[in-house]
This record gives sequence, structure tokens and C-alpha cells, in this order.
Amino acid sequence: MTEVKTKNANTEEAQASTGPQWGRIIVWGGLLVLLTIVALGLKRTQEGPVGPGQDAPAFVLTTFDGQEIDSADLEGKVIVLNFWASWCKPCEQEAADLETAWQYYQERGDVVFLGVDYVDTEPEAMVYLNKFDISYPNGPDLGTRISQAYRIRGVPETYIIDQDGVLTHTQIGPFTSLSQITAVIDPLLEL
Amino acid sequence: MIANLGFGALVLTFIVSLYGIGAAFYGVRQNKPAWVDSARNGMLLTFPLLTLSALSIIVLLVTDHYEVAYVASVTSRSMPMYLKVTALWGGQAGSLIFWSWLMAVFASAVTLRKWERDREFLPWVIVVSLITLAFFLALNIFIENPFNRLWQFPSGQVIEKMFQPAGSTLFYPRDGQGLNPLLRHPGMIIHPPMLYLGFVSFVIPYAFAIAALVTGRTDDRWIRLTRRWTLWAWMFLSLGLVLGGRWAYDVLGWGGYWGWDPVEIAAFMPWLTGTAFLHSVIIQEKRGMLKQWNMVLIILTYSLVIFGTFLTRSGVLSSVHAFAQSAIGPLFFAFIGLTFVASLSLLLHRWNDLKAKAEMTSMLSREALFLFNNLLFIGILVVSFWGVIFPLISELFIGQKVTVGPPFYERANGPLMAGLLLLMAVAPLSAWGHSTIKTLGRAVWKPAVVAVAVVVAVIASGITNPYALIGIFLTALVIAVTLYEYWRGAMARGRRHGENFFVALWELIKRNRRRYGGYIIHLSMAMLAIGIIGIEMFQSETQDTLSQGETLTLGEYAMTYDSLAVFDAPDGRNVARAVVSVSKDGKPVGELYPRRDFFYDSQQPMTIPAVRSTLEDDFYVLLVDWEEISTSSATFKVYHNPLVKWMWLGSWLFIFGTLVAAWPEKERDLAPVRTRAAASVKA
Amino acid sequence: MKRILSFIIHHSSFIILLLILTVFAVPMTAFAQDADPGTPTDDEVNAIAKQMYCPVCENVPLDVCGTQACAQWRALIREKLSEGWSEAEIQQYFVDQYGARVLAEPPRQGLNWLVYVVPPIAFLAGVYILFRGVQSWRQIEPDASSDAADHEPATQDEEKPADDYVARLEEELRRSEQ
Repeated sequence: MTEVKTKNANTEEAQASTGPQWGRIIVWGGLLVLLTIVALGLKRTQEGPVGPGQDAPAFVLTTFDGQEIDSADLEGKVIVLNFWASWCKPCEQEAADLETAWQYYQERGDVVFLGVDYVDTEPEAMVYLNKFDISYPNGPDLGTRISQAYRIRGVPETYIIDQDGVLTHTQIGPFTSLSQITAVIDPLLEL
Repeated sequence: MIANLGFGALVLTFIVSLYGIGAAFYGVRQNKPAWVDSARNGMLLTFPLLTLSALSIIVLLVTDHYEVAYVASVTSRSMPMYLKVTALWGGQAGSLIFWSWLMAVFASAVTLRKWERDREFLPWVIVVSLITLAFFLALNIFIENPFNRLWQFPSGQVIEKMFQPAGSTLFYPRDGQGLNPLLRHPGMIIHPPMLYLGFVSFVIPYAFAIAALVTGRTDDRWIRLTRRWTLWAWMFLSLGLVLGGRWAYDVLGWGGYWGWDPVEIAAFMPWLTGTAFLHSVIIQEKRGMLKQWNMVLIILTYSLVIFGTFLTRSGVLSSVHAFAQSAIGPLFFAFIGLTFVASLSLLLHRWNDLKAKAEMTSMLSREALFLFNNLLFIGILVVSFWGVIFPLISELFIGQKVTVGPPFYERANGPLMAGLLLLMAVAPLSAWGHSTIKTLGRAVWKPAVVAVAVVVAVIASGITNPYALIGIFLTALVIAVTLYEYWRGAMARGRRHGENFFVALWELIKRNRRRYGGYIIHLSMAMLAIGIIGIEMFQSETQDTLSQGETLTLGEYAMTYDSLAVFDAPDGRNVARAVVSVSKDGKPVGELYPRRDFFYDSQQPMTIPAVRSTLEDDFYVLLVDWEEISTSSATFKVYHNPLVKWMWLGSWLFIFGTLVAAWPEKERDLAPVRTRAAASVKA
Repeated sequence: MKRILSFIIHHSSFIILLLILTVFAVPMTAFAQDADPGTPTDDEVNAIAKQMYCPVCENVPLDVCGTQACAQWRALIREKLSEGWSEAEIQQYFVDQYGARVLAEPPRQGLNWLVYVVPPIAFLAGVYILFRGVQSWRQIEPDASSDAADHEPATQDEEKPADDYVARLEEELRRSEQ
């Protein structure tokens, strides 16, 4: 770009002295575009994961048994969106608690637990799900779309979404107890 | 308190820098030289102050002051002393201080030169240097303070703050988290400092260029003043890059030296423009051309240094080299915006004063070939920049993460690099002002015959890969032409002065160190090319699981798994070390010990290769996995890397070449910047 | 496959492109499965892994990345190979599962074409500008301010080629000794 400028001004001396010429416009425009891209990238980096109070990004989860779950169809329900992977040791800490919590809420019908398997391989994921007897729907994060939408930094991370599709709680790292899970879901149900 | 002392010195340096900027401005505006002198003294003061600050951190690091957050995050009790010292640049905060300290070294050095003839530049060089310095200091003081301590509240909560928050007490962790295992390598001592040296030393030529633009003294004085600085800066940056490659080869265990990682490219980009600049300034000095272009190049170089540092440290790009998440991004971005816009405005303001004064008479003249050289360097820059920035664009605009990896860069840059080799071979033979196919052909045919002979020999040895053959031909041509140039020069001089060949050669180099030092650098680049051709085109690898006593073969090499031991090392590692015996063509050539280090404090494994290195090839063994407890079998990955050693040898040669070209003249030791400006005008 | 297809239906045009590619891949699957796969060696696995990148270790090729996630990926490649999948099919499978970022280069489609098109265009533009610049320099009057001492008359060069270099060098030596 800058080179355009260099040589061009040589050839079009007359224009250079009379005012703005296309070379200058290109250079300034190029700089502006570059700075904008970098600024947007920086903004994204600085944002971190999606935070409480924001609208939860919409997603479609295709479960391991081929079922389609669209977040749009779940309006009116509380969604517990858990990101995990079979290679992730900390995930194992919370797996049993999550399942217990699911058993506890399942009958009410207004709480949905969803497991998103991040950058994982299916055979190992199935072993993991069987090991912890996980019964709520789980599926791979196809194309890492859901994790990108939530800008997760790693696994496990859990996002609690209320009936209106607003994110109310973000759990970075594993839940350490069952009561910790119920403590963030119960307030939403009492409303 | 050492931390308070260090922080105090840091703040004081910042204030002195701001004062210096203000005083220089005021002095030049009001035409009061006393103020400029005062600013100059301020700039000199930054060096001892920052030395004090940096020493404070080092003392804290080596004395295990884990109540200081930075110390706790980069050191641990089990680390050896040298690593504790080098942990100064092992994390974001400390490395920024280190950067500032180096900057102060250069700023002071430039302040000490004799300024009588160039007084009008002085205030602006001070302003540019000090603004850069003040910016980096601001990052340290306001965002990444290495002296922050850990404070604990009665509730148990621990926070990081410089000064004691009410109701808290100082918190002493029992041990630190330790340095990132990747950085626990002797290469760590030298690689970052070299790279930073290369980065900060480019600030000085930039400062002079800006001074020339501001004052309107746009002749080539600024170029003559900064020529040697630029060479040194170039050498440090080159060394930083090569050492980084060596470090990757020795530590990262991927069988290579360069992965086209965004951060590697971030350091490579200023090198490209810097190298282009080193060449194109010669045209300006000789022919009065390309003034505008040289300004563009030096501004680009500085911008890329700052931009590269930003990319590495702000977390915008993900990379193995990236520092941990940091809040310095926005401030850094503001600084980048400011420098880019200010530099560009100044440049465009003086654009018409920078008009060329000479004509180009031939597309084969040396100046034309230098222009092609610049075109190729900029081409590689565009490819690299685009490759780095594209994933960001893709993610922002279509939400798709993509990887732009080695195949892209290799395919796009390969031909451009081959073009550079060709120019390196041809340009030294062409004349300034004009050359024709005929004159050039007459000069080049002898070396070309030699190069063709080399290629024929290579084909005879069974190598038929056409890309490799092109590469070998060009490399051979560069070497042949360069040696031919020495020979012709020495012969010509010998005839004229009646000296014997060696005396004539010595005198020849002494009389025109820049040219002949440059040719040495050309030779070193040819050696680098040999190494690159070897590993890029002829690398082979295999992986297998061996029982004890079993053998794996790769080419002429055979490797037998003998034994494996797992033990704890005193510095907090768990080491799994295999013993393998290697033979080549059936003859034993010794044992190798590939290992896997597991660092308890960071819970990270490192695969450390074992390498048998010769001029001909490297045999590179990685321990991938092993049977726990019984160690009856283990998995190895082995690489055969032909000719890699030439790369490391070549880097010694380019240090030598740069020393020849840039070493200050004896009688002018005190004024390295201005050295011999006049004497080598027509060199 | 059913899962992938149903996923596609709910997504944008990018996925439709993937679908088309997948459809092309289907006959190849049938063909490839006829061949005897045998047990894939480490080298066969690495040959494919070398060209892929796992999001867990950014910018480190899959074949040398040491994380558990990458080990699982390599195991998956081995499994697919033993089922007789071709390299292209395996790559496509990973792209479907984990996105285009697993490839060493962006797939040649959509906006990604920019990656491949911009550098050559920029380079050609550079060449054009350079040639034009050189031409314009040639048009500047030679007597303007050129340093006559810097270049010898052309005739001498043509007539005494052998001595040209020596003459030039001697001139330089003479000057540098002054």
C-alpha cells in the first residue's frame, strides 16, 4: 500500500502539490481498516466469556444420538449448559454432581441440562458418559460453534440461562458440590 | 523495602521521561538550548534509574520474595539461580521492565554521542525515544506492575496491589508457581534479550528519521548517522530469530526450528523491512534516490516492532509464545494508533521534499536490482502479515476460526525467497547506474559454471527434486559469486598496489568494510539456505514402539532401545530418560538420551529431544511414550534432518559479517553513531 | 452421517458447501472400504496428523502435540484408517466435527479465497508500480542533479568489458583512500 504511494507521487508530481490524491486516500484508508480490525479483535479478546445479564447466544446442539436441540425451542425453561471433554480431569469432579442435580430437577420439567462436548472424540466421550451415568442430553460441539459463541476459555465451564434466555450465572471451572449447583438454579425457579 | 525502592525508581523514571519530553519541546519551541540540554540529561538519567528498578526485581526474584505477585508467578524455590535471574523476562510485567531498561541503554548511548553538527536533530530524537520509553513505563506503572504484592484480608481473600489496602496483611505464599517449563532452558538466557535488543535498537534510527522529517533536514544525513545503529539492530534481531529457532529445535520437540507461528512472524516482519532498509539506504547514499521509500521502510520497521509486541502481549492472537491474558491491550492500541497516524502524517507532510534526484538508466543496474530486492522483501512481508491477520478477519466477519499454517507461508514465500537468492547472486556483479544483459552475462558466467557443476554433482548423487535443485543452484551461485567478488577485488588491488593476494584481500576488506562485511553476511545467508533446503526438502521421520533391544531404522541410521529410567530431579522435575544406541551404516555412533520432563509445579510435560548433529545431518530422537513401571517398551519418534547444522554455523558467520561491517573505527570510538559518515560516502 | 446431515439442514450456506463436498466423498468411502486397510502404523497416522491442528494446542501440529486431547485425536485417526477411510475423508470428518480450523490452511471457499488471492495481487501490483516508477525515473532529465562521477560512460563499458570491473573497482579504491 505504502509502496503505491511512494512511486505514485514520483510520477504525478503536479498532483502531489495540489492536494489530496488517491494514493493518500488509499494509505489512510488502509491504515483505518487495519486499526479497525485490530480494535475489533482486541475488543473480542478483552470481552472474555459471555457474562451474566447478557442475552445467551442461540445455539443448536445435535446430541450423540442424533437428536436436535434448538435453544429457541427451550424458551420458558431454565437451561444449564455445561461444556466438558473426556480428556478434561477437572470435568470429572463435577460430572456426578451435575447428573444428581439433573435427576433432582428432571421431574419439574422446566429445567434443561445440556452437555456440550468440546473438541473431543466420540468413543472416549461415550466412555465418559457411561462412567458417570449421565442421562441428560449431550452432544459434540460441532465445528466448535457453541464454544465460540460463548467464548469459553477452557473446560469445564457452565452457563445458566433463565426462562427469558438471559444468562444469569457463569461457572468457570468445575462446580465443587451439588449445593453449589442448586444454589444458582433454585432462585430462578422461585420467581 | 526493595519492592518500594524498585517501584519508586520506576515512577521517577516515568516522571523524568515526561519532563524530558516537555523540556525538549519547550526548548526547541522557545529556542532555548539549555532546556534541550536539560532534556538530554534527563534521558541520561533514565538508565541508572531503570537499572535500579530492574536490579530490585532481580534481587526479589533470587531471594524468593513470594509476597511479590510477579516473583510468585514466575519462580519457585526449586529453580536454579540462573533461571531465577532470567525470570526477569519470563513474564509480562518483568519483560516490560527489561524492555524499558534496554531502551534506556540505547537512549543513553545515543545521548552520549557528539551532537555539534546535528543539534537540530537532538530534541526530536529525545522526544521520540522518551515517548516510546514513557509509554512502556506507563504500561508497567499503571497496568502490569512487577512490584505488586499479595495482600490478604481477614476473610481469606488475597488480592494483588502495590500498597497495603486497609485491613489487610502481607501474604506470603510458601512457594511460587515456577517458570513456564518452555522457558527453563539455557536458550532462555539469550533468546529474548537478543530479540528485545533488536526491537529497541530500531527505535533509534526511527527517532532520527522522525527528527529529519520534523526539522525538514531531509537529505541523507539521518541515514548516515544511523547506518551503524541499523546494522547492530539488524544483527540483534537476526540473532534473536536464529536463537529462537535453535531453542525451538532443542526444546519444543517438533523436529523443526520454525513453525510460522504468529509470534515468530511478528518478530520476522520487522526483520524483513529492516533488511530491505539496509539495502535501499545504499541506493539513497549512492544515487540520491528512494528517499521517500527509505522513510517508509524505517517507519514500517518501527511500527512492526511495536505492532508485533502488541500482538504478542495483548492476547489478540493465540500462540504458543503469547503471554498470559493481559489488560495492556487498550493502552497499547492507543499508542499504536498514535504512532502510526503521527508518523504517516509527518511523512506525507514532507513527501514532496523527499523527491528523487537521480534517474534510473537500466533495469539491470545495481539500483534497479536493489529495488527488486525491496519488492521481494515487501512481498514476503505482505504474505506474512496477511497470514497473521487473516484468522482475525475470518473470525470477526464470518465467525469461522481458521488456521493459516506452514503450507501457506512456504508456498507463498518460497519463490520470493528463491528470488532473493537470485538477486543476492546477480546484484553484486552489476554496476551502479547501468548494466546490460551483456555486461552482466560476462560477469556472471564463470560463477554460473561453478553452480551448474554443483547441481550436476548433486543430480549424480541421486537427488532429483526440482525445487531442491533450483535451491541448490541458487545457493551455489550466491557462494560462487561472492567468493569471485573477493577474488576479483583482491586481484585488482594486488595489481594496482603490488601487494600479494592476502595482503590485498585484507586491505580490500579494510577499505570497504560495509561492502565486504555485507558479502560475508550474504555467504552466511547462503549457509542458512543450505540448512533450510536440507530440512525442508529432505527431512524424513518415523515413529514406532520398540521393546527393549529392538531396533528401528530410518535411512542409513538404526536406533536400538536399551533402557529407560524414571526419577525425580532436584529442581522439581520428574524425568523419564531413555537410553538408545545409534548406528549409521552399521557402525555404532554413540548413545542418545531422549527424555520427557514433567514439571510438578506447573503440571506440564516437556519432551526434550536428543540429537546427534553433524555437518551432514542430524539424527533427532523424541521419547513419545513408554510402558509404565516395567519400561519394557517405549515409543520413539525419530527425524533425519539433513544439513541443519549449516544454519547454526551460518549464524556465527553473520555475526562476524556484521561485526566487520559495523565495528566502529578506532579513532571514533566515542561517537559510534556518526562514525565515518563522511569517509565512506562513496564506499 | 445422519447427525451431520440434520445439523447441516439447520445451518448456513457454508454448511451447504460442506454438504456438497460430503456427497462427493460418499462414493469414495464405498470405494475405499473395498481395499484391505490393515493395521495403520504410527507413520501413517502421523502423516495425516502432521497436516492438522488441534484447538487445544494452537499452532502446534497434531502429530507433535502432547496433550491428552491430541492423543485422542490421533487414536481417532488410527481408528478411521483401520476402517479404510482415505486421508481426504478423515480430514473432512474432522472439519465437520471441529470446524475448518483443524486444517493447516483455510479451505478454499467463500471468504477464505482472500487468503490465497490477496498476496499474488499485491505482489503483481508491486511489480507494476515498480516498473512504472522506474520508467518515470528514466524520463527525468539526466543532468538534473545526478552525480556524474558515479557512473562511467557507457561506451567504455561496451568496448573494454574485461577492464570495466577492474577500472570501477580501482576508481572506488582510489576514492576510499582519499
